[in-house]
Amino acid sequence: MALEAGAELAPKTYPVTRASLVRYAGASGDFNPIHWSDRIATAVGLPGVIAHGMFTMALVARAVSEWTDGAEVVDFGAKFTNPVLVPDDDEGTSVTISGTVKSVEDGLATIALTVLSGDQKVLGMPKVSVRV
Amino acid sequence: MAVDGSLVGRAFPPTRPYRVTDEKVREFAAATGVGWESGDPVPATFPIVLAFDAMNAFLDDVQVELSRIVHGEQKFSYARPIAPGDVLVATLSVASLRQIGGNDIIGTVSEITDESGAVVCTTSATLVHRAAEVA
Repeated sequence: MALEAGAELAPKTYPVTRASLVRYAGASGDFNPIHWSDRIATAVGLPGVIAHGMFTMALVARAVSEWTDGAEVVDFGAKFTNPVLVPDDDEGTSVTISGTVKSVEDGLATIALTVLSGDQKVLGMPKVSVRV
Repeated sequence: MAVDGSLVGRAFPPTRPYRVTDEKVREFAAATGVGWESGDPVPATFPIVLAFDAMNAFLDDVQVELSRIVHGEQKFSYARPIAPGDVLVATLSVASLRQIGGNDIIGTVSEITDESGAVVCTTSATLVHRAAEVA
């Protein structure tokens, strides 16, 4: 896909289940129990098990890689504004990532992103710059 | 228990050298649903493997339980792409510390460097240390 300023990037939706979180925990080394134990998550005041913020960010990176055919990422950042609650059932939840190319200059394309779980934004000001 | 304000500016020792391998990158990519083949770009958030290791050592040092940490923000700035074969270390320093509503808001910066000492990636994290509820 050509990256031109103003281009809208087709939304990508990825499933997030408890199994995804366990697998991501193992691959990343992030074994924080709030990502796998309802008992501990609720004990620290969360509504239940939540996805790793970094798992959501990894899915965003996946979307960006798919949109840009693996372009080199130069900057990437986001705030974790709302947790992604992952119910303990077969379906879990999902995140949907959409993007708009804000600028293409000096060999870098900057993409502003919107990341939703259900109808709630879960990342604040997610932004990525890739080399073009 | 609040985190000690004198931590700001303190740098923690580098993590043990970490060799990036095809197998580990494939496992990390697979965890996000991506089929990774040798030669493909390493996923952009892969440096978190090192940064998280550095954060764990930091939390141990300041005696904060991981389960009381919620991630507030993460940024990556890459000097070059990571590739299998790289041997990397992460060096974490505490950039800022403030308190909001009884929670500590801890700003950390981890520099990820290669064997030559060159910076590969700088990543900053905001960690929210949730206060225990008052019974």
